[in-house]
Amino acid sequence: MSYEAHFRVWRGDIDGGALHDFTVEVNEGEVVLDIIHRIQATQAPDLAVRWNCKAGKCGSCSAEINGWPRLMCMTRMSIFSPEEIITITPLRTFPVIRDLVTDVSFNFKKAQAVPSFTPPKELQPGEYRMQQVDVERSQEFRKCIECFLCQTVCHVIRDHEENKPSFAGPRFLMRIAELDMHPLDVADRKDLAQDEHGLGYCNITKCCTEVCPEHIKITDNALIPMKERVMTRKYDPLIWLGRKIARRS
Amino acid sequence: MTTTERHSYDVLVIGAGGAGLRAAIEARQQGLKTAIITKSLFGKAHTVMAEGGAAAAMGNVNSNDSWKVHFCDTMRGGKFLNNPRMAELHAKESPDRVWELETYGALFDRTPEGKINQRNFGGHEYPRLAHVGDRTGLELIRTLQQKIVSMQQEDLAEFGDAEARIKVFAECSIIELLKDGGAISGAFGYWRETGEYVLFDAPAVVLATGGIGKSYKITSNSWEYTGDGHALALRAGATLINMEFIQFHPTGMVWPPSVKGILVTESVRGDGGVLRNSEGKRFMFNYIPEVFKTQYATTEEEGDRWYTDPENNKRPPELLPRDEVARAINSEVKAGRGSPHGGVFLDVSTRMTPEQIIKRLPSMHHQFKELADVDITAEPMEVGPTCHYIMGGIEVDADTQQSRVTGLYAAGEVSGGMHGSNRLGGNSLSDLLVFGRRAGLHAAEYVRRLGTKRPAVSDTDVEAVRTWATAPLNATGKDTENPYDLHAELQQCMNELVGIIRKETEVSSALAQLDVLAERYTKVAVSGGRAFNPGWHLAMDLRNMLLVSRCVATAALERTESRGGHTREEHPAMDPTWRKINLVLAAAEGGKVDLDRKPVPTIRPDLLALFDKAELKKYLTTEELATAGEEASQ
Ligand SMILES: Cc1cc2nc3c(=O)[nH]c(=O)nc-3n(C[C@H](O)[C@H](O)[C@H](O)COP(=O)(O)OP(=O)(O)OC[C@H]3O[C@@H](n4cnc5c(N)ncnc54)[C@H](O)[C@@H]3O)c2cc1C
Ligand code: SF4
Ligand code: SF4
Ligand code: FES
Repeated sequence: MSYEAHFRVWRGDIDGGALHDFTVEVNEGEVVLDIIHRIQATQAPDLAVRWNCKAGKCGSCSAEINGWPRLMCMTRMSIFSPEEIITITPLRTFPVIRDLVTDVSFNFKKAQAVPSFTPPKELQPGEYRMQQVDVERSQEFRKCIECFLCQTVCHVIRDHEENKPSFAGPRFLMRIAELDMHPLDVADRKDLAQDEHGLGYCNITKCCTEVCPEHIKITDNALIPMKERVMTRKYDPLIWLGRKIARRS
Repeated sequence: MTTTERHSYDVLVIGAGGAGLRAAIEARQQGLKTAIITKSLFGKAHTVMAEGGAAAAMGNVNSNDSWKVHFCDTMRGGKFLNNPRMAELHAKESPDRVWELETYGALFDRTPEGKINQRNFGGHEYPRLAHVGDRTGLELIRTLQQKIVSMQQEDLAEFGDAEARIKVFAECSIIELLKDGGAISGAFGYWRETGEYVLFDAPAVVLATGGIGKSYKITSNSWEYTGDGHALALRAGATLINMEFIQFHPTGMVWPPSVKGILVTESVRGDGGVLRNSEGKRFMFNYIPEVFKTQYATTEEEGDRWYTDPENNKRPPELLPRDEVARAINSEVKAGRGSPHGGVFLDVSTRMTPEQIIKRLPSMHHQFKELADVDITAEPMEVGPTCHYIMGGIEVDADTQQSRVTGLYAAGEVSGGMHGSNRLGGNSLSDLLVFGRRAGLHAAEYVRRLGTKRPAVSDTDVEAVRTWATAPLNATGKDTENPYDLHAELQQCMNELVGIIRKETEVSSALAQLDVLAERYTKVAVSGGRAFNPGWHLAMDLRNMLLVSRCVATAALERTESRGGHTREEHPAMDPTWRKINLVLAAAEGGKVDLDRKPVPTIRPDLLALFDKAELKKYLTTEELATAGEEASQ
């Protein structure tokens, strides 16, 4: 069953832009990205949009659909009624490049600031032994497709440019948790999480978890446990003493 | 002349998928200044979509496995057309490449002893695929990406500049390679974001641009797969081999129409999924070809027992190599025994509990629920063949990955030879790692040997590319062509006329249509400006798609036999004399291609001795068998 849908798509660049109206055909089983592609092929050939896999696997096609951060390729048209006006805007937290494409370099910079996986020095390739139960916690976080929807929704930076330098966002706080929970990682990133990456800014509103297309329990499984790890360390006198001594030596 | 942004590197890696990233890591570890260029963002390359796993004979699940068994499986899968040296290196080196990933931070699923778990896949004799649920490609990409970040952190500490020795140029497309005489001198491209041009000086280029699937209408491939590397190499004077061999994956989604082609991982069958037709019959038992008769179960009961007792039973025919399964599905549908939307049924709900399915096949469960309203824990999926992988690619030296052009290397899906006429599932991810590393290594050695005498970029060449690239933006007048229309027509043509079953008349008519499309392409025009203009990007990619499609069709017309990913309706049998022949393509005047027949590299006697005589009989000519026999008896 086909019908004509009413789309409003934001078009413009860093200097400004506006919502443009399109009336466009929709067929059974289609997703929002199909409709955007149809607009491109028939009405606005230079409409800028990022996408790769069209299967929810690469995290390229993030946008805000009726104000809600989503993957365009995984948003089926059937969730809207045919009369509904569907508004598509670029991710609000990042500077726009053109139309639906934003400059997400913030995220790559934050990724570079998280100290990498550090295995025990003497451990040889092929000799890594880990139990399934122990890898599962970090594996959950490694499902992340870096769509940055959690980053765009988090209120700490959504309308607060000034917080960006001191806050890594849920995606990269989760990366720290992932490494912290890796059974064979020997580095310690707890202070860094708190002091450099702004774990303390997070007040566990769980908005990030709600938008995650991979259904990763970012807040419950990564951020809250990470906060606990940082806290135990801070208030545990023995740990505190241990660190003092280690630093001196 | 306008000034162009210009960079100078030792090694230029074009492509940020598994092959490109592994090549770049190696070149940088060799101490060379390395650039990675990718059309999309860092970490989004096509490799991210790989699901099932990476094949490596580590023997963690079945200790009978070894590189020799893996080598034999690979040759069998490719119907003995593989470059045997590549298949050998791949089988020998892939375990080390997978273990290395753990040192970069990868977290594979584990066996009870805590080793990397391995799963069954079509054509592999033992459980061999290292995996993470059904998102192995994501793990691979992220791991390599994070390894590069870690090297950048080292460089930041050492030089105060994270990008001192390795830099990623994301959303940057290369449109031409540059040469000085016979040797590579650099590459020219544009930034997608701004549309500005950019020039790289570099004596060595590693092409790792992936495949060509976007020339087909129904495909599991992403928009990046426009055959850029294949075409760049051709235009630079390199050659392509095996271009007639395209893998149609047997199980793509068939409904709803907008997701047609999206992959349903082979793990579904590896983990126990069965294929049925509309009559409820497990039809694969009727399609076991002669060459595989002794390796597969002939009754459902035996096939079922294999899942729990693989030592004493043979595997079910659902796990035959992909070309066999794809053709079988095609035949069932043609015979009127298909599912309502033109596929067949794939059911995993009868063998596993809903909990097991969600655990082992999470993204499949998610994909069907979200895109098709199908709950795979309770009902069957509808599946059908989809254009998935090209075996053909740049002809390279097996050990060094160098093409016929000095300084030009290729690895991953863009290179040819390793997989012969058909690739086994899981053999691509390991291929990326093994040959990505080798390409990076040998490119680095070449640059080191060169010293300071480097080939130079010619300004005239640069100017010519610039003029060509800018043309569609300036084209005016009534008589212009829209790139989206041309693309849709090309996809239709290739899908219908050079698809899974090929006929002489149809392939010839495809070539005629390609002539017409190439002519119309000279009038391509786009509207809008240069900043992030997808219409313009497509217009440039189309040139590559047209050229590569011509290679596929030309080779498909020439090969009058059926083998692996090439099935000719009039020539349904495999012909041992054709086994000895590689079809080699080179660029000719006016966008045309030349075709040449060259011998397939011979299989070393010690490698040939790994097969039993009876099996070799199915593939080799009588003369070859005679010599093989002599050598074996010496
Ligand atoms: C859905 C799916 C599932 C799969 N599952 C498996 C599996 O389980 N196991 C397995 O072994 N194989 C699998 N494969 C196959 C495998 O994923 C691919 O063959 C492999 O990932 C290709 O990797 P690559 O490094 O060669 O190229 P890619 O990962 O495709 O990377 C190509 C890179 O080149 C860049 N590029 C291309 N053209 C240009 C240009 N002109 N300028 C600049 N950059 C350019 C792209 O941006 C990209 O970064 C699967 C494939 C698909 C589609
Ligand atoms: S839970 Fe924390 S990180 Fe997530 S959106 Fe809320 S404040 Fe941001
Ligand atoms: S955690 Fe989820 S929402 Fe955030 S980037 Fe990763 S996949 Fe996207
Ligand atoms: S296009 Fe890859 S997630 Fe949507």
